[in-house]
Amino acid sequence: MSAKRTASARLIFAGQLTFTLLVAAFLIVPAVLSMMAGVTANYFRGIRSGVTLDWVMQVWELYADTIGRSFLIALSALAVTLVVGIPAAYALHVRGGRLSRLVEEIITLPLAVPGLAIALALLLTYGGFGEFRRSWTFILAGHVIFTLPFMVRSVMAVFAAIDIKTLDEGASSLGASPWRRFRDVIVPNARPGILAGSLMVVTLSLGEFNLTWMLHTPLTKTLPVGLADSYASMRLEVASAYTLVFFIMIIPLLIAMQLLADRGVMGRGRR
Amino acid sequence: MNESHGVAVRLAACGKTFANGARALEPITLDVASGETIVFLGPSGCGKTTLLRIIAGLEQPDAGGRVLFNEADVTVIPIERRNVGMVFQSYALFPNMSVADNIGYGLKIRGVARAEREARVAELVTLTGIEGLENRRIDQLSGGQRQRVALARAVAARPRVLLLDEPLTALDAALRERLRGELDRLLRMLGITTVYVTHDQAEAMALGDRIVVMRKGAIAQIGTPRDIYFTPATRFVAEFIGAANIVNGEHRDGALILPGGRLPLANGAATGVVLAMIRPETILVVAPEAAALSGRIEAVNFIGDRQRLTVAGAADRSLMIDAPNSLPVKTGDRIGLAVDPAAIRILPNETP
Repeated sequence: MSAKRTASARLIFAGQLTFTLLVAAFLIVPAVLSMMAGVTANYFRGIRSGVTLDWVMQVWELYADTIGRSFLIALSALAVTLVVGIPAAYALHVRGGRLSRLVEEIITLPLAVPGLAIALALLLTYGGFGEFRRSWTFILAGHVIFTLPFMVRSVMAVFAAIDIKTLDEGASSLGASPWRRFRDVIVPNARPGILAGSLMVVTLSLGEFNLTWMLHTPLTKTLPVGLADSYASMRLEVASAYTLVFFIMIIPLLIAMQLLADRGVMGRGRR
Repeated sequence: MNESHGVAVRLAACGKTFANGARALEPITLDVASGETIVFLGPSGCGKTTLLRIIAGLEQPDAGGRVLFNEADVTVIPIERRNVGMVFQSYALFPNMSVADNIGYGLKIRGVARAEREARVAELVTLTGIEGLENRRIDQLSGGQRQRVALARAVAARPRVLLLDEPLTALDAALRERLRGELDRLLRMLGITTVYVTHDQAEAMALGDRIVVMRKGAIAQIGTPRDIYFTPATRFVAEFIGAANIVNGEHRDGALILPGGRLPLANGAATGVVLAMIRPETILVVAPEAAALSGRIEAVNFIGDRQRLTVAGAADRSLMIDAPNSLPVKTGDRIGLAVDPAAIRILPNETP
């Protein structure tokens, strides 16, 4: 290989690296700046004014309840989508046919319909049920509608990949009741899909704003709604500190999701 | 090993029409004796798997159809309470369990104590020759090993009927032949009532006490492998099982009159235009001068243990003949043909 060619290959590599770094910087710098603002004593005087955790503390005092509520709603949404989604995915997969396709499409519809429209529909239908309307479960209902398709789809994808119907028949031929089959064979073998779906549901629910903004009351704010609230009415440092808190909570979830996806790919590669 | 011998299975008028209106099975009535190995044989789409699934309890027969195990009606009993063993074409082994856990699953479901379960699993591991694989995951097994695990799992809980749905189809030819031998030995040893579904006639012949040849959702013929081979009831059966020459001829004066001469027949009952089946290995090559039937060799295919000749001019279409591999013949030779009258089978005229 000639030296010339090596040099040009290096040049191309350097160019690609620079481009990649620029794009990454374009995306990351604002996030970093925003998070830094959250620990800066006075944003307008810059980082020279000192580093402080006061704003984070203040966010905690003002919005701790929204954080708790967000997790409550996310985990409840997870519970509901697990209990409803896995059997639904199983039924849709095993039954097949046109009706199943139709039901699947209907379940998936909330992905395409704007969150505001879903919220409006919920308000029109259940706005009159005062207790329900005022409680956090109203927001939960919205989140379940929004996140259910992600659970159903990712579980169905696994079912299709491993031919769960034949595994189920195999277990039944060995004498297992429907419940035993579900417990011993279906759920354990659908685990990659269930885990992926679960992380999706929790992440999406934690970050959901459109629906929640329409459905919330002053007493049922969630984290993203609180975030919008602080942007609108608080010092910039407080809003930034809030962003920081949000990042700290959501990033581990995203990393876990990525790791899980990688493991899923490797598991398939082995076969 | 002293296993229970399984139940007698009776199918009474079991038809099957699918939800979309497609008719998979005409009402079929069939008896399988206790301990018998019966093979459902037919091309894909003939309904053999559907019939197996009706016995298993994975499909319900149409109204009026009944499934009986030892005279007891099990039609409405779901598969998990029928105590059947089943081997699926794809094996359906559980990826989340080890080999040993797969084999022991049926026993675990039945609440068999751990020690007894482990003893039975060890026994089956030895029986199926998969020692040393007990702790493997399913995706670490070869096709042949999976097949053995599936079989061990199906018989572990001493089922009343063993059902096998094309269990060797997923394997390559050499392995298939070896496992067929093993399977036969194992089925004889277990002595359990067995229903075996396949589209491979060699498998059916090797394993079946009786063969049920199926076509388009109906039974074409039931009989021992010899019955089916030597005295096929219809042209379809004759052509589906083994190689067959099907020729048109005239039955006159106790002989089959063909374009190239005549062949003496055993019985002189029928007369007129007939359809006859002659197996390639039953035709003898003789000197053309003395023979009543002669033709010209069109092609010689040397196979090894024999050579297959294609002979024109003898019948209304070319005849296949399996000749000894030492016979000195070549393309273009004129040869005489002779057939034992008992080996010629007159088939019913039909519109296929």
